[in-house]
Order: sequence, then structure tokens, then C-alpha cells
Amino acid sequence: MLLRIKNLRVAYGNVEALHGVDIEVREGEIVAILGANGAGKSTTLRAISGLHRPKSGEILFAGQPLHSLPSHEIVMRGVVQAPEGRRVFATLTVGENLEMGAFVCKDKKTVASRLKKVLDLFPRLGERREQLAGTLSGGEQQMLAIGRALMSGPRLLLLDEPSLGLAPIMIKPIFSTIKAINQAGVTVLLVEQSAFVALKVAHRAYVLDVGKVVMSGSGANLLKDPEVQKTYLGGGRK
Amino acid sequence: MIVAERLSWVLKLRRGHKLNMEVFFQQFSNGLAIGGIYALIALGYTMVYGVLRLINFAHGDLFTSGAFLGYTFLVSLALGQSAGTVGAILLVVLLVMGVAAFLGYVLERCAYRPLRRSNRLNAVVSAIGASIVIQNSIMLIYGPQVLVFPAGMKPNVIVEIFGLNFPLMRFFLFGASVMLMLGLYFFINRTRLGTAIRAVAIDQDASRLMGIDVSQIISLMFMIGAALGGAAGVMVGVYYGQITFTMGWIYGLKAFTAAIMGGIGNIPGAMLGGMLLGMVESMAAAYISAGWKDAITFLVLIVILICRPTGLLGERVAEKI
Ligand SMILES: Nc1ncnc2c1ncn2[C@@H]1O[C@H](COP(=O)(O)OP(=O)(O)O)[C@@H](O)[C@H]1O
Ligand SMILES: [Mg+2]
Repeated sequence: MLLRIKNLRVAYGNVEALHGVDIEVREGEIVAILGANGAGKSTTLRAISGLHRPKSGEILFAGQPLHSLPSHEIVMRGVVQAPEGRRVFATLTVGENLEMGAFVCKDKKTVASRLKKVLDLFPRLGERREQLAGTLSGGEQQMLAIGRALMSGPRLLLLDEPSLGLAPIMIKPIFSTIKAINQAGVTVLLVEQSAFVALKVAHRAYVLDVGKVVMSGSGANLLKDPEVQKTYLGGGRK
Repeated sequence: MIVAERLSWVLKLRRGHKLNMEVFFQQFSNGLAIGGIYALIALGYTMVYGVLRLINFAHGDLFTSGAFLGYTFLVSLALGQSAGTVGAILLVVLLVMGVAAFLGYVLERCAYRPLRRSNRLNAVVSAIGASIVIQNSIMLIYGPQVLVFPAGMKPNVIVEIFGLNFPLMRFFLFGASVMLMLGLYFFINRTRLGTAIRAVAIDQDASRLMGIDVSQIISLMFMIGAALGGAAGVMVGVYYGQITFTMGWIYGLKAFTAAIMGGIGNIPGAMLGGMLLGMVESMAAAYISAGWKDAITFLVLIVILICRPTGLLGERVAEKI
């Protein structure tokens, strides 16, 4: 088991947002976390990345606890996140954004070879290397956010709503890229509100509702589940 | 007295043109020296603000610490005799920058870091407390009186340019502050760590997700700011030849004004604001009235803020997405 989250409780002030969540991710999988707005999906990822300390529970990565480590050490262990809303550094160039993605890697050769891989994956970023990230289109910014995360050479990639705010024609290529990244050996934990696209690429999925896992199973099975169809796929199906 | 004044007035009339030019160039070179000093101090305010959105009210006192440390090294330890004046000053500036950086680090650790997650007002109160502690420590160590640098300590070399005589010190100070600013500019814009500093100023959480240790970057900001402020302290000491434990108040206020003029949080803005403020002050003292120079300085600030509320280069402050 690459990632094991046990009975995770996270609170903002006095308000608990996660009431004991259990999630497991095996090496090589794409796992999706689905759920409505406010269900606690981002909170889960923020807790994994150490941006928010859990109230109780455990987050184990390759058997080692992450929940007491500062964020930068979590990145060094090989867990990296492309956050919701992309959060690229708008006034840095595309190249500098990618360079920051590799901040934990001190070896120049490794950084150069990762950069080459990322630019092969997203040729668009190569063309715009000197451009400020804030001037990119939404789809390009999402590529940059994912490319930047890959620069750290992660074992586990956390993606928070990669399709959010993208033009519909951009969504498919982003998801096929996620699949390609996974096939290249990176385990992916993916948060999505648009359940349909997510379930098509995910091996397994969890459905969160107000801070609890209410359903889980293989992507194919959840796609067929009448409950899921009614709640999360209604009208969203294309 | 009256006769002498009359006489100089007559002389002024007769040599009016040359005198005007001379006054202008003297004030200009003085403005460069003072502007460089303000710019160095302003950088400390702006760099800390850039990453923490917090005004480091104790920054002026770090500057004072620099001035007194400079005095200790130059006068008490008599480094001036052993290394020749200009060499000694350079050496002392570097030494003081190191010690001031350490003080900046300690300040952040003790006065700011414990309050990182508490509300802003607490941090402001803590900053003012730290300012009082530093100021009083300096007073207890060195005494409340004005410390005067020995006459021989203040190099009084005069250079002649186009027939006008200028104290070399002005150009030396201006040159030193330009070198420090260029160094900083290069560091921030051309190195990996500098890029990380800019990233943290834009978005702290996203920086954490990249594996940047944000606390370390914040410490670094305090250290660089304090080092530059300390260097400015030594410069003021050798330029004016006297220092007091309360000097950080007015220099801090002016440099803070400069940082706001340039756009707080913006590094080139602090440089520009500092130079501009030094120049305005120097020219106002000569052409309007020495007594009104501070009022005029603040008038300029007000006009700039009315025309450009974010300061001269303010819009280039990292915008959040
Ligand atoms: N910074 C915050 N402060 C207080 N409450 C928050 C904060 N972030 C999220 N929440 C609350 O936590 C719950 C889960 O939010 P989130 O994890 O962002 O949901 P999702 O990503 O599934 O849309 C929501 O009720 C939200 O209002
Ligand atoms: Mg979310």
C-alpha cells in the first residue's frame, strides 16, 4: 500500500470538516475522490500535503507517517500536489515556475532531464518558457501546474480538480495526460467534481459526502451504480 | 556677522550662475549618498512586507544597531588604524552586515515566529516591543549620549570634478549602496533561492507545495533586510560622524516612507523610493528651506499616493490569483 489514510479528522477552528476518513491508494493506481462542493475533498489533499494538521488519525506513505511532517519534507518523500485553482506563480515565468517545482532536487542533471520530460509531455510550455505564467490560458496554466508538480519527481501525484474552469475541449487532453503520467509509473490521487471523466480514467474511486466516505469501488462499477448516476452524474454525462 | 552675510550675498549676485550650479551639484551628490542609505533601509521594510504582509517596526533599530556596531569596530577596536580608512570601512560594513543579519534572525525567531498564526495586531505590538527592547539595550550598553566619531576616522578626501569640489565620501557611499543593491537584485532575479523568495511572496501555500521551506525563506528575508539596514547604519555613522541610540526612529520613518513611495513589497520600488526621497530632501533643503525639508518630503509622499495609491512601482507587487 503506497498511501493509507486512517480515520482522518480535520477541523477548521471548531468546525470539523472530515469526520474520520479512510482512503487507500496502491502503487501504480489512479484513485479518484469524488463528491459535491464542500464535501471535504480539498481538505483531504491539504492534510496529506501538510498544509493543514489533522486533529486525529493517520496518514502513512510507504508505511511512514506524513501527518507530523512539514510540507517541504512531504515533497521530499515523493508526495506532491497540484492544488485546486492551479496556483501557478503568476509573475514568474513558465520556466521559473518549473524550476520551483524542482526546488527539492539539488542535482542539476536530474532537474534538466525532468525538465526535458515535462516539456515533451507539454510542448506548449516549452514554447512559452519565457512568458509570465499569469499570461497563459487556463488550460496552459493547468498543464504548468501539473508539469511543475512533476518536476519534483514524485511517486504520488495529488491533483485537485484539474478540470476546474477549463474549456470543455481542454478537459479530455488533460485527462489523457494524467493517464500517460500514470503509465509512466506515477501513482495518482485525483479529486474531481466532474465524476464522469474522473471515473473513466480511475482504477478505483471514493465518494465523499460532508466529510465521510459514503461509497467506494472500482471506477467501472461506480459508473454503473444507480446511486452515483443519480447524484453525481445526473446531467453531467456527455 | 551682518557684514559677512552682506558680503556673501554680494558675491552670490556676482557669481550667481556658477554658485547656482555648484549648489545644485553639491545637493545632487549629497542626495545620491543619502538616497542610497534610505534605499538600503527601505529594502528591509519592503522585503519583510513582501513575504509576511507585516511592517517590521523594529527595523529602524536594527539600523541603529548597525551604526553602533560600526562605531565599536571602527573606533573602539581601532580597525581604522590597521587597515587604512576606506579598506577599514569596507571591512567593517561587511562585519556589521554579518552581525546585523544574526540580529535580524534572532528578532524574527523571538518576536515574530511565535505569533505567525495569531492576529496581525499582536504581531504589531510585538514589533513595537522589540523596537523598544533593542533601543534600550543600545542605550544601556553605549549610554544615552551622542557618540562622535574621531575626526581622523571620517575620511575627508575632496575630489575635484569640473572645477567643483566634492567630498569623496559621498560617491563612496553611493557606490557602496549601488553595489549592495545590484547584488541583491542579481540574487533575487537570477538565483534559484531568489526565485523561491519571489514565489513565497506570491503564494505561500503553493510554495510549500513545491517543497520550499517557507519559514526558512522568511528568516532569510529578515537576515538580508537587517544586513542591508546595518550597512546603512555604518554609512550614516561615517558620513555624519555622530550617532545616537534614537536615530533609528527618524531614519526608519523616512525609509518606510520611501518603501511606500516605491510601492511596499516591491524591491526595485524601495530602491527607487529611497533614491527619490534622498534627492527630494537634499534639494528641498537647499532650494526651499532646510527646516521644511521633512514636511516637503511627506508632501511628495502624499502627492505620489494620491496619483498612484499603490506607490510608483506598486502594481508590480505580486498579485494573488
Ligand atoms: N480555510 C477554511 N476555513 C474554514 N472552513 C473551511 C476552509 N476550507 C474549507 N472549509 C470548509 O470545509 C469543508 C470542506 O471544504 P473543502 O475540503 O474545500 O471541500 P471540497 O474540496 O470537497 O469542495 C467545507 O464545509 C468548507 O466550508
Ligand atoms: Mg475543493
